[in-house]
Amino acid sequence: MVEQLYNAVFVGSIYALFALGFALVFSVLDILNLAHPTTFMLGAFAAYFAMATLGLPWYAAAVVAFLACGAFGVVLDRVAFAPLRRRSAPALSAMISSLAVSLIVVRLVELRYGGDFITFPAGVVPSLVLRLGDAVLEGIRLGIIVLSIVLMLGLTYVVRRTQLGRDLRALAENPRAARILGVDVDRAIAATFFVSSALGGLAGVLLAFAYNTLDSKMGLPLELRAFTVMVVGGMGSLPGAVIGAYILGLGEVASLVYLPTELRDAFAFGLLFLVLVVRPTGLLGQRSADRV
Amino acid sequence: MDVVLDFLRTYATAIAVIGISALLALSVWLTLYAGQLTLGNAAFMGVGAYVSALLGRHLDTPFPLALLAGAITAGIVAVPLGVTVFRLRGVYLAIATLAFGEVVRVILLATPITGKGQGLNGIPPKTELWQIYLSLAVVAYVLWRVQGSTVGRAWAAIREDELASASQGIDVGRFKLAAFVIGALIAGWSGGLSAHLTFSIDPSDFGFSKAVQILVFAIVGGIPNVLGPIVGAALFTALPEILRPLKDYRDIFQGLILLGVIVFLPRGLVTFLDVRRTRKLEQIGAADVA
Amino acid sequence: MLLETAGLTKRFGGVTAVNAVDLAVDERTTLGLIGPNGAGKTTLINLVSGVLVADEGTIRFAGADVTRERAHRLAARGIARTFQGVRVFKGLSALDNVLIGAHTQLRPDVLTRLVPSRRPAETVDALALLERVGLGRARAHALAGELPYGDQRRLEIARALASRPRLLILDEPAAGMNATESAALRGLMRSLVAEGLTIILIEHDVRLVMGACDRVVVLNFGRKIADAAPAEIQRDPVVREAYLGSEDAA
Repeated sequence: MVEQLYNAVFVGSIYALFALGFALVFSVLDILNLAHPTTFMLGAFAAYFAMATLGLPWYAAAVVAFLACGAFGVVLDRVAFAPLRRRSAPALSAMISSLAVSLIVVRLVELRYGGDFITFPAGVVPSLVLRLGDAVLEGIRLGIIVLSIVLMLGLTYVVRRTQLGRDLRALAENPRAARILGVDVDRAIAATFFVSSALGGLAGVLLAFAYNTLDSKMGLPLELRAFTVMVVGGMGSLPGAVIGAYILGLGEVASLVYLPTELRDAFAFGLLFLVLVVRPTGLLGQRSADRV
Repeated sequence: MDVVLDFLRTYATAIAVIGISALLALSVWLTLYAGQLTLGNAAFMGVGAYVSALLGRHLDTPFPLALLAGAITAGIVAVPLGVTVFRLRGVYLAIATLAFGEVVRVILLATPITGKGQGLNGIPPKTELWQIYLSLAVVAYVLWRVQGSTVGRAWAAIREDELASASQGIDVGRFKLAAFVIGALIAGWSGGLSAHLTFSIDPSDFGFSKAVQILVFAIVGGIPNVLGPIVGAALFTALPEILRPLKDYRDIFQGLILLGVIVFLPRGLVTFLDVRRTRKLEQIGAADVA
Repeated sequence: MLLETAGLTKRFGGVTAVNAVDLAVDERTTLGLIGPNGAGKTTLINLVSGVLVADEGTIRFAGADVTRERAHRLAARGIARTFQGVRVFKGLSALDNVLIGAHTQLRPDVLTRLVPSRRPAETVDALALLERVGLGRARAHALAGELPYGDQRRLEIARALASRPRLLILDEPAAGMNATESAALRGLMRSLVAEGLTIILIEHDVRLVMGACDRVVVLNFGRKIADAAPAEIQRDPVVREAYLGSEDAA
């Protein structure tokens, strides 16, 4: 029971880090970045590259991955989203262009590392075991939970108390007014993508560390769960994304225990559908579901 | 003439798949034309595939009847979806239809008669090229004619402004439901054709990636007219074949082409022919989809 | 009595936007609806046209109780309207806008369309309406969103008229119009009423309201504070208080 709770919180933390990035872009720019799951995967592989090829220790590799994914996010925007914004393209086009970038990046990773699971070099990732009464817990997951919470608090601080945070909120509220009021829109958007992708990539690194495996398709399950998390917590709400993530984490671990394998996915989707029909704005969402 | 026949024979499967992809893209076209973003049609395709295959196997149903049953079942399944989500818009609607589709797929996965995770094998290869293209021609023609009718105009109005549409007497809920159901019928029919082309099916064929693929065909092709989805489907189904010489780099080029098309022609390939109108649409910021 | 409301009330959260309003509109008359900004005029119109559902009160149209009916049903009964800030179908042509306006008058032609044939009479009628509001056939195929604002307003009226309504509700049609244009609007309204139409007009343009309306209803804070002929309204101290009072606050 304690183990399950522990795992649920761990899984929820990963979902939360991932969903935060996703929700950040959606709340500021109103687009679904379908390349986010790929960034997740990219983070894991960037860390792998740093450790296996560059010989860096695990903590340095995590930082490298964090920064590399942030940079990737900025490039992603320049290539896939900015041109569409300039052409006032419909939101759907942004989804498709991010999808296209995903295709390319996933394939590139597969070309270098193949499509199968790979594991980190032996002994590079620290492995601790904790005992809590009868329960045997993986120490690294605790570290991940703590790190996630620290990052979430950090992001909250940035959003609420810094100039950048104010700029982002202005942009989310009303892009045209923000520009008129002197917000450096380009810089704010670049910062949004940097933070979003860095968090998403880091989530990937942490997951890979915890399970000691990574593969080119690891981002896919996250994609659908990110939708669930955002909808349940409220689209465009950052704290909502976090709450939604932990709810999903708890729900999934619970359904693992109580439901047959085939129906496990059904939990996430059933919940998703129910929330959308009954309360589309989710728990903390401010936007009306009537906004296109 | 011989050259043509040779070509057809060598690429028969590819041409068949293009036809089915075009049908699927058209199934999504209608809902997009009405302004409804749907990701549920892969699941409807799956329903059609399973129902027609199972009827053929267990009840020896003649092929056309089995296809029809598959399509109608898909249409029936679409009704609760259309009714429950009509208040949702844009991204929320897309996610809701996706979730619905996934629930359907999971049910297919859990029902013993469908063979569960192993899927169905040994489906008799009854589908012929002419059936696919006849279906495509009929569906394309009907949709094209409907587009110019009062019903088609009502859907266009709903896409533009639901409130104003209702004030003109259009029963928005009923029209949206109709778009969903018709789309599901077409997708179900295509599913039946596809199942009897590929000999075996399993639930993972009808999941998220298929739903996205169908949507990409339609959007990249363009929504303003019926030709768009057909062109989009043809291009992106044929592309892997054309790019085959590139081997491992094939997917990368496919991604690059997709990226290029959507960035330079965000409203779809067919707008290339009508750039003037598209620019005007951009200027007035009109219609999210068309 | 074509339209009657009794005790019509609508609340949003803590605010009562429309408060126990009684209206009575005779056929072939023009009713003006005025009041300071935020008085509840558009909300009242939204209730009458079925865009919103009332919390309390009743609405009767042509003798039938239509309180719970939504917009598309009311359109079929013969209530048409324009919107504050113009809601034409921007991505469609002017002609298509009007054709959609005629939705309730047209028989669904899906099956007949399957056989290609010449365009039926509906187009002729639509073009005639465009002419009548002053848009002309030349603009019929222009995208509605590309038309100048004034033309878009006129298009909206043509679209509303296409459903052959018995009651036409105009929500600030003269906003942004110059003297010539509003004179033309007044002329149009007069000829429509002469043909049997009933009009409810929300306007801030005092001259248009006084010149075109048979009766004027004044709303303030959701309540009806006056209901009389234009001349009396102009003299009414309560009305002046409402407008001047709000000017003070502004």
